[in-house]
This record gives sequence, C-alpha cells and structure tokens, in this order.
Amino acid sequence: MPQAAGMTPPQAAGAMAAAGGAPAPASPAVPPALSVEAVSHSYGERRALIDVSLTVPRGGFTALLGLNGAGKTTLFSLITRLFDTRHGRIVVQGHDVSRQPGAALAELGVVFQARTLDLDLSVRDNLLYHAALHGMPGRAARARAAAVLNEVGLADRARDKARQLSGGQMRRIEIARMLMHEPTMLVLDEPTVGLDVASKAAIIDHVRSLSRTRGVAVLWATHLLDEVEPGDHVVVLHQGKVLASGELSQVVAAAGATDLRSAFRTLTGARQAAEGDSP
Amino acid sequence: MSAALAMTGVIRHRRTARGYLICMRGVMWREALRFVHQRGRLISALVRPLVWLVIFAAGWREVLGVSIMPPYHTYILYSTYVVPGLLAMVQFFYGMQSSLSMVYDREMGSMRVLLVSPFPRWFLLVSRLTASTVISIFQCYAFMLLAWLWGVDIPDAGWITVLPALMLGGFMLGAMGMLLSSMVRQLENFAGVMNFVIFPMFFASSALYPLWQVQQSSPILYQACLLNPFTYAVELTRFCLYSAFDPLALAVVAGCTIVFTAGAILAYDPARGVMARRPGAAA
Repeated sequence: MPQAAGMTPPQAAGAMAAAGGAPAPASPAVPPALSVEAVSHSYGERRALIDVSLTVPRGGFTALLGLNGAGKTTLFSLITRLFDTRHGRIVVQGHDVSRQPGAALAELGVVFQARTLDLDLSVRDNLLYHAALHGMPGRAARARAAAVLNEVGLADRARDKARQLSGGQMRRIEIARMLMHEPTMLVLDEPTVGLDVASKAAIIDHVRSLSRTRGVAVLWATHLLDEVEPGDHVVVLHQGKVLASGELSQVVAAAGATDLRSAFRTLTGARQAAEGDSP
Repeated sequence: MSAALAMTGVIRHRRTARGYLICMRGVMWREALRFVHQRGRLISALVRPLVWLVIFAAGWREVLGVSIMPPYHTYILYSTYVVPGLLAMVQFFYGMQSSLSMVYDREMGSMRVLLVSPFPRWFLLVSRLTASTVISIFQCYAFMLLAWLWGVDIPDAGWITVLPALMLGGFMLGAMGMLLSSMVRQLENFAGVMNFVIFPMFFASSALYPLWQVQQSSPILYQACLLNPFTYAVELTRFCLYSAFDPLALAVVAGCTIVFTAGAILAYDPARGVMARRPGAAA
C-alpha cells in the first residue's frame, strides 16, 4: 500500500490534509496486510463507524487509538467477520473478508477485549481446541501447543484449568492461542486492559518482537497512549471516524502538537487526554 | 516471555475434507470435555428422568391405565409408557442446556473463538449441533440402562432401532435450542425460555399421557399437543423403541429439524442474522 500512514490513498490524503500533514512515501509493490476501505456500520439508527479507511502494512505495528466508544470493537468485529461488512470493504492479505471469509480468517490471529478462554478446560485443551477449529492435525497441534506455551513462558501451566490463571497469564495464553495457526496478521483489541504494569509490558514487548522478527503485521487497539512508540503507525479513531493516520511523528506534527498526548487532545477535543496515561 | 517463536511455515489452515473432520471432532471433543468436567450437569441429566420414572410414574401407575395402542401390542404399565417421553425429555433438556451454554459463551466471549474459525459458519453450527446430539444420545442410553435395571421392559431390538430416532430428535431439539439462543440476549432471560417454551412444550405433548386421554379431557389441549413438534419427537422415539414406524412423526421431526437448523444458521449468519444489528451481540 502506498501509505505508511496506514490508509487507502484518497483517505490518507484527505486525513493527512485535514490534519495538516503530507502523505507518507509510497511503496506500491507491497500490498498491505489489512485494508479497510470506506467502511461504515450502524446499530439501528446509531452510526458506530462512518466511512472508515485504514491500512496496516505488512510487518508493521499499527496502533488504533480511540476513547471508549470510538468504534474500535465494532471495527474488530467487522475485521473478524463477527459482523458482516455492509458498507465498504475489508481485505486481509489479499482476501476480501465478505467474499473469501475462510481464507481471510485463516490469516488472522485475534485477541479480543473480553477474555475468551474456556475456563473449564485446561490451558493445553484450549490451545488444541483452537487448533482443531483451524483444521490442524493432532500431532502438529500438540507440537505447536508445546512450542507456543514455551514461547509465552507458561509451559508448566499446560495442564492447569484456565480458571486457575491470573489475568496476565490468561492474556499470555490467548496470545499463545492466537499464534497456534501461524497467522500473518494479528489483531488485538485492548489486550492490556486490566493488567498490572509488568504483565502489560511483557505482552506488548512480545507482540512487538513478533512483528519485528516474524514480519507479522499487527493492529493493536488501545486507549493507552503510552503503548505507542516512535516509528509506530497510528490511526486515531473518534466517534466512528478516522481523524488522523500516519507514522507517529507525522500525526503529531500534522496536529501541530509536540507529543502524542497533545495531538490526541487537539484532534479529539478529549480533555482527559492530558490526565493520566489514558486519552 | 522469550524471544519470538520461529515460524515453521508449514502449518496453514486446511479446508480439506480432513480439515473439516478435524474441526468437527474438535468441537465434539470440547463439548464432551465440558460435559464431563461439569459433574453437576452429568448427574442432573440422569437424576431428572429417574425422578420422573421412579417417583412420578410410581405414583401414577395405579391412576393411569394405558390401554392397547400402537406401537404397543398389549396393556402396558405407565412406567413403560413414560420411558420414550423421558428419553425425549433428556434430549430436550440437554438441547436447551446446550443453547444456554451458547448464550453463556456469547456473554463470556468464548463464542467468538468458534465463530472466527475459517470454516463456514453453517458447518461450525452443525458441528456444535452434532456434538450436543451425540452427548444427549449417550445420556439416553445411560437412562435406558437405569430404566431397564429398574424393571422397565425394553425390547432387545429397541436398543438399536431407537438410535435413528434419538439422532433425529436430538438434532431437532438441539437446533430449536440454538435458534432460541440467538434470540436470547442475556443469560438471565433464559428463565423466560424455561417458563414459556420448555415446560409448555413438555407438558403439552404425549410424553406423560397418551393423546387420546388428552383429547377426552381437553380438546383444546389436544390440538396444542398436535401442533407441538416435541410430541412427534416423543412418538418417533416411542415407535422406534418398539421397532415400529410412524411416518407422520418422522416427517414432522425431519421437517422441523430442517427449519430450525436453517433458522439457527440464518440467525448466526453475520450477513443476514440479527447479530450485527445490536452492539456486543456477537460477544
């Protein structure tokens, strides 16, 4: 996709222009891992997403920033096809989510905002269940489960019931589960909410390392500005609309601000952005 | 956490026939594990029909005389009459419990794990239905064994010939539960389903009393029984248990199975179902 800004060309140009910035350099040979094109969604009369467009480059870490109620979870529900995309188009690794849902979902690794482990099953059984849902044969699934549990440092908890884990451990297991089928595009909806500082740091470091070393693309939804690092792509979603998009420094500069917190406050008018570490 | 895991590049989603089988087996295995782990469910699934058989049927034994009627060739005890109805009840309650767990899964978020599988959603739902049907059949056989030990006469061939009826009836009742689960938004609302669906359907059927007796006491209730699909699940089970065939019951149960399954698939379809029209519905 041409924009490092993480948007389709017309949308990126519009948003950057609105934010007072210039489009990022183009790299037309590489299609994006995720492309959201002019997507709108309503719950009855209430419009949750309005003409949202963004892209996530392959191997890149993109932070989707927004306050509670901005539309992040609705967007995730559309990307993962829990909801159907009625207006606009979503493409994952070249597969239209509406037309080729199987191929698109096979590329996706998902961590939802709510805990989704089966508490009555063991950690290992949760992973094997996920593997079965992706058609992975038993032997490969068992080997993979051992590998991903080792990866997240919880190999010794394999036989424990999921309900015996702490909140941070459950999240790490959900990340391990997400990696079972070797996805190339990871989407995580506020994965650090409710976790202590150490667990939060471990999880975000791990996902960043996955992006760096494996080249998987990451879309990380959050309302915590301190989770964004220099070099990240940033998409600001507010009241269902994309207000700005681009590399962090570009978004900050385009908003005429000195840091992300000020930029976010300027863009969204959210006064609480200056207070605490959440926008 | 340690350094990032190296990608093997060999594990990809397989939507082959084997992949479908693995997926269905996984859904069934998970349902079985949950059933076994929740011992309360396991015990109550057996105790409930036994209470009816041992206490209710004993109490009514002298009150209710059951005359000769198909598929029976002679006078029977009430405890013999009520067994097919209790088998259908086992499946009915398990189908509803399974749908209750779908509402729970939706509320807890674990339903999403199933729905973001790359396999078609209709297949995932049918797999789940198959899983709940198979488990309900195991419960039915466990109950039949206990009933037989209690002295209820079950024909030898009936142990085999009842199986198709249990498969079809279990699927119909499971599909109905799944359809209901798509309409129930919160777990607390399920009490309404118990009061307004399960109990009326169970009592307004031929499970506990022959329809000719119902007709004599209340023609309106008799009509309600005839309109109730559960009646036909009971009769299909009753006839098959005695190696007989009831074409009307088979047609109604098969037809309702198709309608309820299609309805459930439609309700959980992200494009056409009711799920996308309310925030958090797919959770």
